[in-house]
Amino acid sequence: MPRPAPQPGETQQVISTEIAALHRAAHDAAASGAPVPAHPPRDFPPYRSTRLRHPTHELVRADPEEIELVSPAFGHTDVAAEEADLTIQHTGEPLGERIILTGRVLDGEGRPVRNQLVEIWQANASGRYVHKRDQHPAPLDPNFTGVGRMITGDDGSYRLTTIKPGAYPWKNHRNAWRPAHIHFSFFGSEFTQRLITQMYFPGDPLFALDPIYQSISDQGARDRLVATYDHDVSEPEWALGYRWDVVLTGSKSTPMEPEDADHA
Amino acid sequence: MPEQPTHQPLAQTPAQTVGPFFGYALPYAGGSDVRAAWQSDAIRLHGTVFDGAGDPIPDAIVEIWGADAAGRPPTERGVLDRDAHGFSGFGRAAVDRGGHYAFTTIKPGATRTGLAPYLLVTVFARGVLHHLFTRAYFDDEAAANGTDPLLSSVDPARRNTLVAVSDAPGSYRFDIRLQGEGETVFLEFAALDFGLDGRHEEMQR
Repeated sequence: MPRPAPQPGETQQVISTEIAALHRAAHDAAASGAPVPAHPPRDFPPYRSTRLRHPTHELVRADPEEIELVSPAFGHTDVAAEEADLTIQHTGEPLGERIILTGRVLDGEGRPVRNQLVEIWQANASGRYVHKRDQHPAPLDPNFTGVGRMITGDDGSYRLTTIKPGAYPWKNHRNAWRPAHIHFSFFGSEFTQRLITQMYFPGDPLFALDPIYQSISDQGARDRLVATYDHDVSEPEWALGYRWDVVLTGSKSTPMEPEDADHA
Repeated sequence: MPEQPTHQPLAQTPAQTVGPFFGYALPYAGGSDVRAAWQSDAIRLHGTVFDGAGDPIPDAIVEIWGADAAGRPPTERGVLDRDAHGFSGFGRAAVDRGGHYAFTTIKPGATRTGLAPYLLVTVFARGVLHHLFTRAYFDDEAAANGTDPLLSSVDPARRNTLVAVSDAPGSYRFDIRLQGEGETVFLEFAALDFGLDGRHEEMQR
């Protein structure tokens, strides 16, 4: 596979300096009492693709009507059990580090999000997607497509077996590499709980450099996208285990309500 | 030392972009056919997703969710693997290379007296770190639209960005502009997007 010529473009230092300035501004705002948003801003200039794709008007606040307070009714007929195991979808074994990933999907009150669809997609162990526009010169794996689906259980849990994805380069700036990640799509019990996000692996050296991961200014919120290695999930002679819990909405209660004292 | 709340709300998981490479994962056969096209009540909802330069976006994915003709949210299970005779309410369509998406669905009824009928529309794309919600109302519902509380609350100059325009019998065009001239009105829903304990974490810092 021929090695491509280095891409021109802005240096990592330019991007990292921009990220640091935006984080400082967000922390200053929080220190003066501004609420910390749960989600990244839609305009995050170090992630260059947001430049022409973020709304410039403030979003209009709407009260959810009936249709927004329920969710599409996915069911077990939609998904085959084997779709949660990405390592058995072809005749041979995929290459790479086999992992088991499990966790619970909850709402902001800690209630399990039951019987809802979870979809995942990811690159293979070499950092290549089975997508015709992914031109990263890393090998495709004939035994790995990188697509999985499952329905959460009564306790809101999901569990999947897959291959740890590789890091891959992208063209945001010169020498931009995405930390290894798995894309997740969730439906909650209300359509307004819809969430698409990415799960990362602990200790990735690319975290500090990645404008997508760093689009979240709060370290605590960034940490919520990182799975935990869990030795109890690992299976002997078979796979390493990770745990990642997901909360689809903020709590609707306020932390200072007097009746909460009962829970102390 | 600040007083600690006795009840800790759970910390919300942040969104991240869908990225450009969802094409082999999220679209599914029949995903844009919320109602089979041969059904007499089928309508087409279609449009183009544009960026702030006015260029079509080739890597967006759009979802719709709507009530049935009587204004009731569908509750039938099996939304992905649907029966062509039924109506599931939910649809998903990736845009083509020209940024165009198309659904066949039905025109929903109003979910409550005093509201105009609409479809809920969600937009995901590379460069969109957190999805965007909007609503597609219908231009042949002028009377209901005129008194709808949400439409009435929107700047009149931008209101028409929420209204799908009849462009053929049974067909409505709903273009989505993420930024710039004619930028679509996007919605946020009360009480759902606050990182309450994000704020708490900052206090502890």
